[in-house]
Amino acid sequence: MIKIAKYVKVKSLDEAYELNQKKSNAVIGGMLWLKMQKKRVATAIDLSDLGLDVIEETPEEYRIGAMVTLRQIEQHAGLNELTGGAAKESVRHIVGVQFRNLATVGGSLFGRYGFSDVLTFFMAAGAKVELHHKGVVTVEEFAKMPRDRDILVRVIVPKTDQKIVYLSQRNTQTDFPVLTCCISKTEEEMRCVIGARPGLAVCLRDEKGILKSGITQESAAAFGAYIRGTVTTGSNMRGTKEYRCILAGVLAKRALLKICEMECEG
Amino acid sequence: MEEKKFSVVNKPIRKKDAMALLCGKPVYLDDIVPSDCLIVKVLHSPHAHALIESINTDIAMKVPGIEAIYTYKDVPNKRFTMAGQTYPEASPYDRLILDQRVRFVGDAVAIVAGQDEKAVDKALKLIKVKYQVLEPVLDFHKAKDSEILVHPEENWQALCNVGADNKRNLCASGTDADGDLEGVMEDCDVVLEHTYHTKANQQAMMETFRTYTCIDTYGRLHVISSTQIVFHVRRILANALDIPKSKIRVSKPRIGGGFGAKQTCVTEVFPAFVTWKTKKPAKLIFTRQECQTAGTPRHEMEMQVRIGAMNDGTIRAIDLYTLSNTGAYGEHGPTTVGLSGHKSIPLYNGNLEAFRFRYDVVYTNVQAAGAYRGYGATQGIFALESIVNELADKLKIDPVAIREKNMVREGQVAASYYNERMNACALDRCVARAKEMFRWDEKPLRQDMGNGKIRAKGIAMAMQGSGISGMDVGSATIKLNDDGFYALSIGAADMGTGCDTSLAQIAAECLECSVDNIVVYGADSDSSPYDSGSYASSTTYVTGKAVEKACAELREHMASIAAQMMECDKENLIFTSDSVCTADGSKKVSLGEIAARSMNGNTETVQVTVTHSSPLSPPPFMAGMVELEVDTETGNVELLDYVAVVDCGTPINSNLVKVQTEGGLAQGIGMALSEDVTYTQKGKIRENSFMQYKLPTRQDVCKLRVDFESSYEETGPFGAKSVGEIVINTPSPAIAHAIYNATGVWHRELPITPEKVLMGILSNEN
Amino acid sequence: MLIELWINGKKVNAEIEPDMLLIDFLRKQGCFSVKRGCETSNCGLCTVFVDDKPVLSCSVLTARAAGHHVVTLEGLQEEAEAFGAYIADQGAEQCGFCNPGFMMNAVAMFRENPDPTEEEIREYLAGNLCRCSGYEGQMRGIQTYLAFKREKGASE
Repeated sequence: MIKIAKYVKVKSLDEAYELNQKKSNAVIGGMLWLKMQKKRVATAIDLSDLGLDVIEETPEEYRIGAMVTLRQIEQHAGLNELTGGAAKESVRHIVGVQFRNLATVGGSLFGRYGFSDVLTFFMAAGAKVELHHKGVVTVEEFAKMPRDRDILVRVIVPKTDQKIVYLSQRNTQTDFPVLTCCISKTEEEMRCVIGARPGLAVCLRDEKGILKSGITQESAAAFGAYIRGTVTTGSNMRGTKEYRCILAGVLAKRALLKICEMECEG
Repeated sequence: MEEKKFSVVNKPIRKKDAMALLCGKPVYLDDIVPSDCLIVKVLHSPHAHALIESINTDIAMKVPGIEAIYTYKDVPNKRFTMAGQTYPEASPYDRLILDQRVRFVGDAVAIVAGQDEKAVDKALKLIKVKYQVLEPVLDFHKAKDSEILVHPEENWQALCNVGADNKRNLCASGTDADGDLEGVMEDCDVVLEHTYHTKANQQAMMETFRTYTCIDTYGRLHVISSTQIVFHVRRILANALDIPKSKIRVSKPRIGGGFGAKQTCVTEVFPAFVTWKTKKPAKLIFTRQECQTAGTPRHEMEMQVRIGAMNDGTIRAIDLYTLSNTGAYGEHGPTTVGLSGHKSIPLYNGNLEAFRFRYDVVYTNVQAAGAYRGYGATQGIFALESIVNELADKLKIDPVAIREKNMVREGQVAASYYNERMNACALDRCVARAKEMFRWDEKPLRQDMGNGKIRAKGIAMAMQGSGISGMDVGSATIKLNDDGFYALSIGAADMGTGCDTSLAQIAAECLECSVDNIVVYGADSDSSPYDSGSYASSTTYVTGKAVEKACAELREHMASIAAQMMECDKENLIFTSDSVCTADGSKKVSLGEIAARSMNGNTETVQVTVTHSSPLSPPPFMAGMVELEVDTETGNVELLDYVAVVDCGTPINSNLVKVQTEGGLAQGIGMALSEDVTYTQKGKIRENSFMQYKLPTRQDVCKLRVDFESSYEETGPFGAKSVGEIVINTPSPAIAHAIYNATGVWHRELPITPEKVLMGILSNEN
Repeated sequence: MLIELWINGKKVNAEIEPDMLLIDFLRKQGCFSVKRGCETSNCGLCTVFVDDKPVLSCSVLTARAAGHHVVTLEGLQEEAEAFGAYIADQGAEQCGFCNPGFMMNAVAMFRENPDPTEEEIREYLAGNLCRCSGYEGQMRGIQTYLAFKREKGASE
């Protein structure tokens, strides 16, 4: 269990950033993961009072505050309309409603957890994160960046015209995923994000042009085989590396076929 | 079927404590004990096998608020068992409260008591232990006659002749057989042999182990504990602390689930020792992690089964060898293993000519096992039901038909069940009813759904016992009070099962009154009549019978008083819900008047205690059928339907037996599909939390359809047998069967995870 | 540190440690309905409302709840009795230890979605583990309760 010596509800991002430069301090998000750690935190930095618990809509994008909960993502009409329900699908298996009422988008992303459904989804959706110090970077870049002491302010989801499908395999319905897969298809490109490998989510693209003449049963299967052969996976309690490779191929194929269905429906 | 008319029994009566529980009233241990007490925690071993070379508590003792720290040097060097069993216990006396030798990752190294949790946590970190790390025995196949001994100590002791030998790592060993096994096997058309493996599953009751202790007005140790066995706890603590039993009182509040876990003294000894030494109140609440790593899970078992049959499906011989892993200590080791054979083989008593059941129970350096619902029968039934399904498949016989041909039936005597006669057995009706509810004959074994999914069905039967024959003791005290209400006092433990209510129903049926007219109190070792405790599916059958007998006696005493009052003959009186009257109805006294008289110049007792024990353990029976879908690309298994039909004799409370069944099925489903226990190379349990040990959620459990086909057990109260344990036994074999039908692969090790299913399909293709 | 918050509608001022979890604070305040079943935010036993939203009180700092309204089952007795009767009539409360968290989250569900489908019920309550009942009796109780509410609504 975590031990906290001091608790501060900061009044500004600058204050949060400054406090967070000290290694013994920590920003608390939903506190679900942090709580279980056996560390001592000198000052717990709470961003609750900074108005970051809202999803703002502009003509170009959705701006999701770091303190927005996963349950808000699940229930947000606009975001789910934009993503064909993929936003909801990516979070609805996470433990339970009470858990998702606490877990924050900021905490889920900043930790860059290998098992993260949320990271998988936002990476595929072409989202960016706004960091207080470094500014705006894509989630894909952010995932690769070394951990530092910046503050994640919000996640920005562009209103790109895209079809997006989220799938996961779990050993029980509310368990961590054995593997996640989220595919998004825009005019320009197709992103296939595989998460819970169990390593950090990675974004793969159709580099071999397997899908260049469209998604068919055959091309989807071929792309699945490509993903299966390309993605690097590992083993942990929930599955072996071999199983994960197979799952990656299957889920990628299925996601593509679902996108194809969505395209047919217009 | 015999139709008996009951007025209170066999009715869906609300549990007496239902609304208190649903409204969140403070009724559990940590809600009712004073908060002003010492907080006790245990330092657990990080090694699977080690000797404590030195242990320094000086710095830890300096933490402000620390009251005491105890090590192996402080405790009595007298071995005992934590198993809640009748004395002399079958489980060997192999424990000390704290020992210099630690035997599994999680074993107790030191006890710390302090004024609050923070101080105790700090002190735990500051205890300096130097271990001589020893090589552990982690593989239970290699434990027997290993050079490494888990219990080399000279004062290890087996009280009963169970084939135990600590110099061979044997906790128990034995054989039971009947008939010319090899001769019959040789004469069979087909002999099938396979090995099955079940894991050390966790009971995972929602309330973790917990105990509060204090010294009462009389200088005695009062132990309030979340336990199923108040009387056994008293004896175990007296043994552990080496103090007289008269110095100990044990009582229980509401219990947040047990499932057998609380049939072992997991936490009691630690705060009891602290309080006895310091004379201060103390409390220990195990964390979930402690429950998962220093608890008392199911015995891991590996079962080699050989079955001999004719081409027409006649099962003639069964040979079972069970290797059971008791872990570091022997709690329930010698007894659980027995059920793996004695409560599986009799299912196929119909044409059985010979059987042999051999077993070894071995010590290893992993978490000690204990009692968990099903108690060995669950493991044995997974093996036996699976091999019968494999046999049916091999012989191309319908798996239901092969059971109809061979199952045990009413009136049969089973050599494999201590030569007991099956006086009440409706297994045939259970199977028939399940078949009808499931529409078994209309469904193929396997159906390709055309969307990458295969739908399939599976079946299993099960049995259990009702109490331990010739051993379990149940008692009840029934007392008439003012206004004519009754007080029923029991030593059995309602752990959520509802026995406070079902036993009151039995009393109400006997006394021809409403269940609301009976208050129930239990269990307290000082004031309750003796009861072995609530385990082995004994409470309804054994204690229930004691209730029935006690009430019958009380009626006699009440009639005597009534006869005095009405100045008439006692023999011809009529007992009604609220009064006693003469046969001609000319005179009548109310219960209230009898009660008032009983307290005024009365010498006739209106309190009766009856003790009961049964020479039999009549088995309940059941059939379970499952329908599921396998995703052939991911290995995902989705349960669609589960039908279970149970013969528990007369259901005393029709709601509670149904919910018991549904709850047992869900636990069985978890065991079959997701609940795993694995160890690191160093013997540490990986599944040490609910994050890693996956209980089924309500999204994982499918529709459960439960029905009853009741036989009437003459030796039970109003024809009742038991229901508590049997209900966990069918899911594993039924699900494994359906997965085979879907994929062509037998899974002989649990749990059957999606990965195992998929890898099975793929290796089968190659 | 000093905090002020509302528990079941009553204003409470208290001195707390910065790392005190809401579950421990609430139990200290006499809200014994709040139970702990795990340390990993998986069981749902400790469910309470913070500003009307069901959350796991084992995973909320009391400090963060400062200034907010917290409701436990002690503050929902009327609803608990009304709905609880339907669970009791199934015998599905069993050991009862998971009941308070289950009752809280069920009430949250009824408020959010007064007419949930079976699948929605399973999903909304998935984070409430129960080891006794197998969940079926709870489902029957919920559905009977909802049917009663619908009937009552129709007749009003």
